[in-house]
Amino acid sequence: MSPKRSDMRMPYPRRILGQLLLWISLCLSGQAIADAASLDQAIRRLGQGGFDGTEKAIGELLASGDPRVVPILEALAAGSLQVRKADGAIFIARQEGGEARLIDPLTGEVAGAASPGTMERVRMNNRLRRVIEAARGALTLRSPDPAIRRQAADALFRRADPDARVALEAALAAEKDPAIARRMREALAVLTLAGAAEEAARLEAVAVLARRGDRESLAILAPLAARGEGELSRAAEAARQAIEHELRLWEIGQNVWYGVSLGSVLLLAAIGLAITFGVMGVINMAHGEMVMIGAYTTFVVQEVIRAHMPGLSDYSLAAALPLAFAVSGLLGIAVERGIIRYLYGRPLETLLATWGLSLVLQQAIRSAFGPTNKEVANPSWMSGAFEVGHLAITWNRLWIVLFALSLFALLMTLLRRSAFGLQMRAVTQNRAMAGSMGIRTPMVDALTFGLGSGIAGIAGVALSQIDNVSPNLGQGYIIDSFMVVVFGGVGNLWGTLVGALTLGIVNKMVEPHAGAVLGKIMVLVFIILFIQKRPRGLFALKGRAFET
Amino acid sequence: MIARFFLAGFDRRVALALIAVLAIGTVVPLLNLMLPASHVLHVPDYMVALIGKYLTFALLALSVDLVWGYCGILSLGHGAFFALGGYAMGMHLMREIGPRGVYGHPVLPDFMVFLNWKELPWYWHGFDQFWFAALMVVLAPGLLAFALGWFAFRSRVTGVYLSIITQAMTFALMLAFFRNDMGFGGNNGLTDFKDLLGFNLQAATTRAGLLAASSLALALGLLLASAIVGSRLGKVLVALRDAEGRARFLGYPVERYKLFVFTISAAMAGVAGALYVPQVGIINPGEFSPANSIEAVIWVALGGRGTLVGPLIGAGLVNYLKTYLTAAMPDAWLFALGGLFILVTLALPRGVLGLFDRDARRPRTAAVDPIPKAAE
Repeated sequence: MSPKRSDMRMPYPRRILGQLLLWISLCLSGQAIADAASLDQAIRRLGQGGFDGTEKAIGELLASGDPRVVPILEALAAGSLQVRKADGAIFIARQEGGEARLIDPLTGEVAGAASPGTMERVRMNNRLRRVIEAARGALTLRSPDPAIRRQAADALFRRADPDARVALEAALAAEKDPAIARRMREALAVLTLAGAAEEAARLEAVAVLARRGDRESLAILAPLAARGEGELSRAAEAARQAIEHELRLWEIGQNVWYGVSLGSVLLLAAIGLAITFGVMGVINMAHGEMVMIGAYTTFVVQEVIRAHMPGLSDYSLAAALPLAFAVSGLLGIAVERGIIRYLYGRPLETLLATWGLSLVLQQAIRSAFGPTNKEVANPSWMSGAFEVGHLAITWNRLWIVLFALSLFALLMTLLRRSAFGLQMRAVTQNRAMAGSMGIRTPMVDALTFGLGSGIAGIAGVALSQIDNVSPNLGQGYIIDSFMVVVFGGVGNLWGTLVGALTLGIVNKMVEPHAGAVLGKIMVLVFIILFIQKRPRGLFALKGRAFET
Repeated sequence: MIARFFLAGFDRRVALALIAVLAIGTVVPLLNLMLPASHVLHVPDYMVALIGKYLTFALLALSVDLVWGYCGILSLGHGAFFALGGYAMGMHLMREIGPRGVYGHPVLPDFMVFLNWKELPWYWHGFDQFWFAALMVVLAPGLLAFALGWFAFRSRVTGVYLSIITQAMTFALMLAFFRNDMGFGGNNGLTDFKDLLGFNLQAATTRAGLLAASSLALALGLLLASAIVGSRLGKVLVALRDAEGRARFLGYPVERYKLFVFTISAAMAGVAGALYVPQVGIINPGEFSPANSIEAVIWVALGGRGTLVGPLIGAGLVNYLKTYLTAAMPDAWLFALGGLFILVTLALPRGVLGLFDRDARRPRTAAVDPIPKAAE
């Protein structure tokens, strides 16, 4: 069960900066853009008249409000803005393979290479840097788009650039959005702690960071606390401990969420098995392949919709659900009629026959679709992530948890409230009696097996979103599924639910301490020992049967 | 006395199988070594390796038959015992390499040097001695089976549950052996063996000798199994296979019987694994995969469970089919294997050997059925 890439979202500063610039160019493009000629003139003046001239030119660029100004200012601050001695034209120089490549500052196109000695750097001093920082701050911190303002504030929080202080304070005063204002205050607090502010201001800043309470604030507070003396240090230490404590709680919460998420995957994989194995007592080793076929159905549906109705791509999963149920369910009925009904009462033979069936199905899919992974896209409403406090929750995981739980509820209702469910339970409890009451037991058998297989197919639709769709998909789940059903108690759907969630959470709680593989091994060993203690599982059916 | 014990379960079929196995073990090496390559009857080297491998598989099948055919325990974890025996032998072969490894370290095997290990883990000590490794070949799987059986049989975990537990065991072992930190070579397993007891493993004579050793081990295993089955103990085993509850009520300590056979059988599988490894030249965690264990079960089912001789035939047939198909039609192999599982359970419940029985036409007796009708 390898997570897809969308699960591992690691925001690193460079990407944020890139996004920032992209956002700026997107959002500001609608604004008045100074005509190219005057902008060009202002850029030229960056290299004229010494520091004063540069400062004046920066002001003009800023006044234009043009988004293309930002990369120029960045190049200036980085010292890569250069003047061609011959004609005073300004370029951004980039070192590539030993020679300086010249890039037109406005168009971003390569304008040629520079031979050594023909170019001169636009000179900088600290005053100019502050001006640039302020200009950049004004362009981003005061942007009309709240997302840019927030990202700008966050970037400042990480970078703690004292030059940006003035711009930040101005932006804070003008900020209307309380959430962004809070982030700006936090960035300001970092600046306060980094600079030489008064004790009271610094204490205030520590309090602000303590309220923020994430790993980054911890990294700032830790060295302060380590200094060991003075009120400030004590306050920082207290804040650090509070944050660490809180973060530990959040971490447990995160692990529980991962566990619930894994548990719901296990539930999806096992719930069909809970019917065929739990209710009917049929060992279906081909259960995983029913899941796999459901996933392949999803793939086929997606390809068909992509080819014929590209506008509906986002809803291909919805179309795949009934189809996967039908395909796997019909296959299940055929298997029951063709193989399993001859083997009732001989569970070990059933096990072997269905294992053989699973090999055949795997190879059939491999021959038809090839051995490689198939790409099933996440629809837009299932991609991305959001945060609750310090919990990162991806949409696809959330949907799968909800989906698994609603599937469980649906199945419960079907078994408890429908005529078919009643007949099914009757046949399970006493076949002979049910038969003499007029229930067509062979048909109920076939339909029950079909239901279990169909549910497996539906699980395949969901699992196609988080796992690789390959012929081996089912194999990865079969042992886990049996563990869940046996652990939860055979013949009891509630047991399956509790079993799946327990195993999922236990697995994820052990994982940070023991590693993924060892964690899984420990869970397996735990189940093996558990079965010794309670051979009939967590929620054993009460009965007087001496042997099953 | 001992002779009588060993001959008690001896029937014509077992005797024939014994002769056949020993004949293979002598004739094939002779035909390989004595005849020139151009001769019609010359057995090429690759065939020697192949037949040697089949013989170890046959021994594994025999061990599965002992627990499944006579005791009703469908073990889906015998591949694990086989692999443990193989690893014990592989560890000895690794130590035999000595300073001749790629890195030339006097003690540490190559993969440990590669992983930057400084000294030999404690569980690798002693494996430089052949007698110790040979002991471990039997002890490691035997003890694991004893521990698992001790817990499982006392808690009366039976039937399908036991099968699933054994499968979980081999799965867990596979995951464990895949880890580099375990010190068993991780993903790559143990390989690059040089020699065994001073004989170069690449030499034709050594390979012929290994084949002979495998056939001898198989013959001894067959003798032991038939002795167990033919003894009074064997009768109790069949009784508890067919009606465990009744056997228990009659006062037989069912758990002990099961534990005894399960442990013996695991040790037998370990020996098979130990003979397998030098012949194929590698042992890796893939040998623990649950699929391998189930494949061993189908050898038994195809040949005829509860016959001792059938599993040998089944192992030979399925593996020959595998060798042939994976080369000729790779896509067809899994279809064939899967089809075999279905066909045998539906149409050949007594296996190939059942076809030749005089009473094959009779309806199946309760003795073949793991769950008698009365228990339903």
